Amino acid sequence: MEIILEIIMIPAVLAIIKIMVVILMFAMPLGTVLTLMERKWSAMIQDRVGPNRANIGKFTGHGALHLAADGLKSIFKEDTMPKGADGFLYLIAPFFGLIAGVATFAIIPLAGPIGDFTFQVTDIEPGLLFIFAITSLSVYGAVLAGTSSNSKFALLGGTRAAAQMISYEVFMGLALMGVFMVYGTTRVSGIVDGQNDYWFGNLIPMWGVLTQPLGFVLFFTALVAETKRAPFDAPEGESEIVAGYFLEYSGMRWSAFMLAEYVALVGVASLITTLFFGGYHVPWLHLWESAPQWLVTILQVIKFSIFTLFFCWFQIQLRWTVPKFRFDQTMALGWKKLLPLSLANVFVTAFVILAFG
Amino acid sequence: MELKVKQVNRLDGAREALYLPALFVGFRLTIKHFWRNLFGSRDVVTINYPEEKRHISARWRGRHRLTRRENGFLSCVACYMCETVCPSKCIHIQAGEHPDLSVEKYPVVFNIDELRCVFCGLCVEACPKDAIRMDTGVISMAYTSRQTFDFTRDLLKDNYDPKAHSNPKYGDSDLPSPANQQEALPNSQGVPAS
Repeated sequence: MEIILEIIMIPAVLAIIKIMVVILMFAMPLGTVLTLMERKWSAMIQDRVGPNRANIGKFTGHGALHLAADGLKSIFKEDTMPKGADGFLYLIAPFFGLIAGVATFAIIPLAGPIGDFTFQVTDIEPGLLFIFAITSLSVYGAVLAGTSSNSKFALLGGTRAAAQMISYEVFMGLALMGVFMVYGTTRVSGIVDGQNDYWFGNLIPMWGVLTQPLGFVLFFTALVAETKRAPFDAPEGESEIVAGYFLEYSGMRWSAFMLAEYVALVGVASLITTLFFGGYHVPWLHLWESAPQWLVTILQVIKFSIFTLFFCWFQIQLRWTVPKFRFDQTMALGWKKLLPLSLANVFVTAFVILAFG
Repeated sequence: MELKVKQVNRLDGAREALYLPALFVGFRLTIKHFWRNLFGSRDVVTINYPEEKRHISARWRGRHRLTRRENGFLSCVACYMCETVCPSKCIHIQAGEHPDLSVEKYPVVFNIDELRCVFCGLCVEACPKDAIRMDTGVISMAYTSRQTFDFTRDLLKDNYDPKAHSNPKYGDSDLPSPANQQEALPNSQGVPAS
């Protein structure tokens, strides 16, 4: 027993276990379920019934079996490749986005540390800069898929995706600059702990959304644009370029693009929770000083999950509420409005910190 | 020709440029629908067709049906009214002499090519004997062979199932053959038999 514990506590082994838990028990299942939930929820928004046909005998589970049906279908579908496609790039492109989406969870803490044990795969010093590095990798998925498909629509979609994601990355970083300044660190655990302070005694928690309201709106907009979902879905542009950069894909590789989108959606939700809504910290829980450690950890996980789920729902609701931006409007919004706003946000934050400490 | 053009003023100003007010208006609408439908699908008007069926009124023109007299014999007297009025020419009748003089004629062959029928209901209106009706309530007819759609005098039968009746057809031997006038037309005042 002790030897097993010792092996588990080796940092590398522990990290692998954490990665498995975070990916296989949190990111992937939630992303997969959201593919169905988006269809169900959008049906509710539009007064439709939504998927409910897949069944085993009489059992349909209100459409839950569509998950299994879709998965089976993608696995057994032919994996086609267009004539003249760049084989190697075409085959690996779907997994760039997926890997980038999953890597986001490496720095997300699910609960507070117990002693030396952290509920976080790694708490690296650069912290959020790692996120920026990884999300810029996900551009490669779209670009490689677009260029290697030997299809004009896919090429257009890939070009649009590259332009949009690179532009929005610029002020995604600038929008977070305010958060770095307020909490004085880029380390994720530092930012989360900084949000556990309170204003006016124990009245209002110093959540990022209260200290950086404009930063929150800007960062959220930039992340939605990064995931290429409506209203910034010009790269996919169903009405004009069919499906954009992953037009030529079929079967499981197509599913990898879809899964990457939903894993990124969960990633966005957990990032927003971590940076702007107190992360795992349950507000006012520190007032209950005799709370047992296990209960605190469970409450923290529950709080984090609820906020993450809420923002997953919010993004889906956003997609089914707003119309799509035309591509030039996407660019105009990014460069002419959001970039100056995020710069102003940085200056105002710096001024307030200087003036009022 | 001068075109009528309606000028719509483009909404301008800070409120529009900010996007957020319009976004909240949109959210109010979609979230209202979302919450109403989250518990019990209250606004959904979809009918889950194979499981639920829409109520069909008595006047709905469905598959045809041939009616019987009180003694079970065909009401049809082979007068060719329906065949004449049919706009799609889908009814085909061959008259035969009925052994009972008071009945005179009956259809030896009564075919309806259901693939040509347009369900206009004119045959029902034209019939002087109320011999053909469209009140079966069968609204979906989907079979795998053309012959199944070639409805015959089998339409007379209760619980008519085209797949079951396509072959053999409902023959003359299946019809009741009344022994005498009284049995053939019990309520008849009596046209003397020859």
